[in-house]
Amino acid sequence: MPRMTMIEAIRDAHAVKMAEDETVVVYGEDVGYFGGVFRCTAGLQEKFGRNRCFDAPINESGIVGTAIGMAAFGLRPVVEMQFADYVYPAYDQIVSEAARLRYRSAGDFTCPLVVRMPTGGGIFGGQTHSQSPEALFTHVSGLKTVVPSNPYDAKGLLISAIEDNDPVIFLEPKRLYNGPFDGDHDKPVTPWSKHPLGEVPEGRYVVPLGKGVIRREGSALTVLAYGTMVHVAEAAAEMVGVDAEIVDLRTLVPLDMELIETSVKKTGRCLVVHEATLTSGFGAELVSVVADACFYHLEAPIVRVAGWDTPYPHAQEWDYFPGQARVGGAMKRVMEG
Amino acid sequence: MTGGLRLHVPEPEVRPGGTPDFSGVKIARAGSVRRPPVDVDPAEIRDLAFSIVRVLNRAGEAVGEWAGTLDDEELLDGLKAMMRVRAFDRRMLMAQRQGKTSFYMQCLGEEAIACAFRKALRPGDMNFPTYRQQGLLIADDYPLVDMMCQIYSNSRDPLKGRQLPIMYSSKSHGFFSISGNLATQFVQGVGWAMASAIRGGDKIAAAWIGDGSTAESDFHSGMVFASTYKAPVVLNIVNNQWAISTFQGIAKGGSGTFAARGLGFGIPSLRVDGNDYLAVHAAAKWAVERARRNLGPTLIEWVTYRAAAHSTSDDPSAYRPKEETDAWPLGDPVKRLKNHLILTGAWSEERHVQAEAEVDAEILAAQKEAESHGTLHTGPKPSVRDMFEDVYEEMPPHLRRQRQEAGY
Ligand SMILES: Cc1ncc(C[n+]2csc(CCOP(=O)(O)OP(=O)(O)O)c2C)c(N)n1
Ligand SMILES: [Mg+2]
Repeated sequence: MPRMTMIEAIRDAHAVKMAEDETVVVYGEDVGYFGGVFRCTAGLQEKFGRNRCFDAPINESGIVGTAIGMAAFGLRPVVEMQFADYVYPAYDQIVSEAARLRYRSAGDFTCPLVVRMPTGGGIFGGQTHSQSPEALFTHVSGLKTVVPSNPYDAKGLLISAIEDNDPVIFLEPKRLYNGPFDGDHDKPVTPWSKHPLGEVPEGRYVVPLGKGVIRREGSALTVLAYGTMVHVAEAAAEMVGVDAEIVDLRTLVPLDMELIETSVKKTGRCLVVHEATLTSGFGAELVSVVADACFYHLEAPIVRVAGWDTPYPHAQEWDYFPGQARVGGAMKRVMEG
Repeated sequence: MTGGLRLHVPEPEVRPGGTPDFSGVKIARAGSVRRPPVDVDPAEIRDLAFSIVRVLNRAGEAVGEWAGTLDDEELLDGLKAMMRVRAFDRRMLMAQRQGKTSFYMQCLGEEAIACAFRKALRPGDMNFPTYRQQGLLIADDYPLVDMMCQIYSNSRDPLKGRQLPIMYSSKSHGFFSISGNLATQFVQGVGWAMASAIRGGDKIAAAWIGDGSTAESDFHSGMVFASTYKAPVVLNIVNNQWAISTFQGIAKGGSGTFAARGLGFGIPSLRVDGNDYLAVHAAAKWAVERARRNLGPTLIEWVTYRAAAHSTSDDPSAYRPKEETDAWPLGDPVKRLKNHLILTGAWSEERHVQAEAEVDAEILAAQKEAESHGTLHTGPKPSVRDMFEDVYEEMPPHLRRQRQEAGY
């Protein structure tokens, strides 16, 4: 089976769908000739022509707005925001328009749109190349929100997202593009080629939206994570020697409640981790879901580990990023609680 | 599909492997464009949005109605400022390559624009710059060591390690805090100017934006507010031909020039040779005077070329021919001013070589001092405490708790 980085897997998902379905069009800033600043669309223009993959003016609102128009026509646009930190000008188009088109027109118009964007920290990108804005999307009815943690899932989820008939926000943890990152920033990057989830089948396959997966089975506590934090949590469990069950949510909305409930009822303990800021983060939703479904099975309070409630700093990156020490410490607290 | 409709996607004339050809770029002869009175009716100068104001001709002489705004001493000062910017960029680029910081952006080839523009402003005026106007600070004698400490995110970083390198901020030097989010500053600059008018003062604003970023809605928002309220602001578009890998045609579309964007708003609009220090200063002075005399906004497209990579994360050989920089018809701003000053007898090759050495020594000394306060990964750092400060004026309890949890 071919081995791919997450970048190659994402590129391949585009290529598979573009070959199969001529209504799939791909555009964004620097996406066409150059193939994207992270190279996720490299080669697509050459292969499918400028009609299907092209450079957009620097106007995120315009990119998403035109994509909604294209979707209304019957295309399946896949657009890239150069960084999630730059999606805000498009927020109105996403929230007021894409998310509600089906509802307000009673299904007369729909919006099969994918908005991709690199997310998260770990690259010394400062406050405008590091944010994790997933909660701004999960809060909006009508949107699906996806965060893959590895190349295999990234390809399968992106194909599902493109085939989905509703708008999907597709957040790509940029620190995972070239290899799994477990929070240990002093260690050299391990490439995806050395990781089982770097094995990516050729051609079309799907990872369904709305389905999480257990990354590591365990009996002591359940960790709910997604994106980069899946790898950090795995390493943290190793570090503190806790037999944690690590759930990779993969899709935040719709959420795989069944998987969460089964796992937490089994372990009786739950830790929620994300890079995004704590207050009103998606973790709050997860805690609430677990409290609702598993209250009488819990042996300890649910704990959250998240980014501090500050803008993402530059010099203090590793004091900000919720790394193994914080996640491991929280695991111990949940075990003691 | 059966119909005749086809999507038009603009492409640059050459890509890597091709031979750069700027013969299609129409460049007015130096001195040929008239200098209208500052209170001219915008309708009478619509043609200036399609020409190019230039002062220095190929021989190095200053010619035409826009010449004569600066004396020899001021020109030498300008030359020095540009040389300092260039040397500063060179050293900081190298420092990034050596791993002393995470990121850097040069303004190679564009030095004249910020340096000469700064000289047309007065203390108290405010720039709303992009990341490529380091010349505004350096030409205003902002301490180089402070700039470097910001780049290194070290213990003396005026921004306490919070911001990506080059995202400076200095109210006292008329330099609004740089945002990584493109174009946001453009409309804010208009608002600052409106405030100055509301308060009946005499301060003006200068808003800055790149060619690519004019596509953002905030550019158009800035134009409409400036036009409606006749805000005392100079609206600067730095057209360096590229937006990372995207050529200017993607942002410009069919409008002919970026300056022409101003015409629909009734804003007097100039197109100016951005590699001509004298032309930049003369046009800036004209626009600044218009603003100061309550005549309203001016839009200026500075025509230049991004001679280096977009940033240290970019390799332009993937999307444009290497030879394009040399083929660029407006030349190098430092060389052009230097040649002019040698021609007038105010400068010489020997003095230039000597000045280069002096500038290098100055930059090197500043770098040594800055590095004594740490670099991104070694030496003294800003405190983790600082990470929690300034989120609000007063730290709310939840943040205080988080700071304690972090151990500070
Ligand atoms: C809102 C937003 N979208 C995208 C980006 C990513 N980005 C950074 S610089 C840049 C190109 C800007 O080009 P231009 O405006 O021509 O300025 P130049 O870099 O040439 O000075 C892009 C797309 C960003 N910083 N902010
Ligand atoms: Mg540009």
